[in-house]
Amino acid sequence: MESVFFVILAVVTVFSALMVILQKNPMTSVLFLILAFFSTAALYVLLSAPFLAAVQIIVYAGAIMVLFLFVIMLLNLNRIKEEGSPLLKALGMMVAGMLLVIAAVVIRSTVIPSDSGFVAGTEPGFGSVEAIGRSLFTTYLLPFEIASFLLLAAIIGAVVLAKKKL
Amino acid sequence: MFPSLNHYLILSAALFCIGAAGVLTRKNAIIIFASIELMLNAVNLAFAAFARHWGDVSGQIFVIFSLAVAAAEVAVGLAIIVALFRHKESVNIDDVNLMKW
Repeated sequence: MESVFFVILAVVTVFSALMVILQKNPMTSVLFLILAFFSTAALYVLLSAPFLAAVQIIVYAGAIMVLFLFVIMLLNLNRIKEEGSPLLKALGMMVAGMLLVIAAVVIRSTVIPSDSGFVAGTEPGFGSVEAIGRSLFTTYLLPFEIASFLLLAAIIGAVVLAKKKL
Repeated sequence: MFPSLNHYLILSAALFCIGAAGVLTRKNAIIIFASIELMLNAVNLAFAAFARHWGDVSGQIFVIFSLAVAAAEVAVGLAIIVALFRHKESVNIDDVNLMKW
């Protein structure tokens, strides 16, 4: 059952990711990006990470995508067309394809020890809000606080950049 | 067992390379940004797969930090794109080559 869901979600994710980079219209492209984020959230559920799935939908499919669509509609980018040399385009595709081949070969040839977590499943409560919160507020307390500073810096940076006179 | 760690890693690598292809081939700054989000998403998937593999919740914590960084990056990046559009009336990256050579 899990394998059927995995295959369906993997196909949907890869298809929508391809559509993101192949669509001419930026609006369609971003809508496919939302689909890719939703199917990734479903993959998180398969990986016994329900909290991550919820956060993924709230932060990515909610906040970030609203920002993307807002900017596209604000700037009215639909009429801008892009032309690039087909040689550079083919070269870029080739480089990315070679990267994929290298990564696939490395992943297939690496023996990762103790492949038991996927077979036996995890203990109950793994990936729950309680488990993540406990880890986040004890072991990872300092990085958590630093992340809040990062978000503050991002807010200030966005406000400064959006001012009328730069 | 079919969906093992390797299958998730290969899916993650495929998504990452699709994102890389988008960054390398497209000229629209917004689409390049979306491709970067795809690449971040692929890395998050690999983190979650490893967390499940080792039965350790630290991988999922890293995904949360990565989400925070992605949110900050999108806010600043889209502000830069809006500022750029105000100056140049374009989001084509070929029009923004002041710092190129």
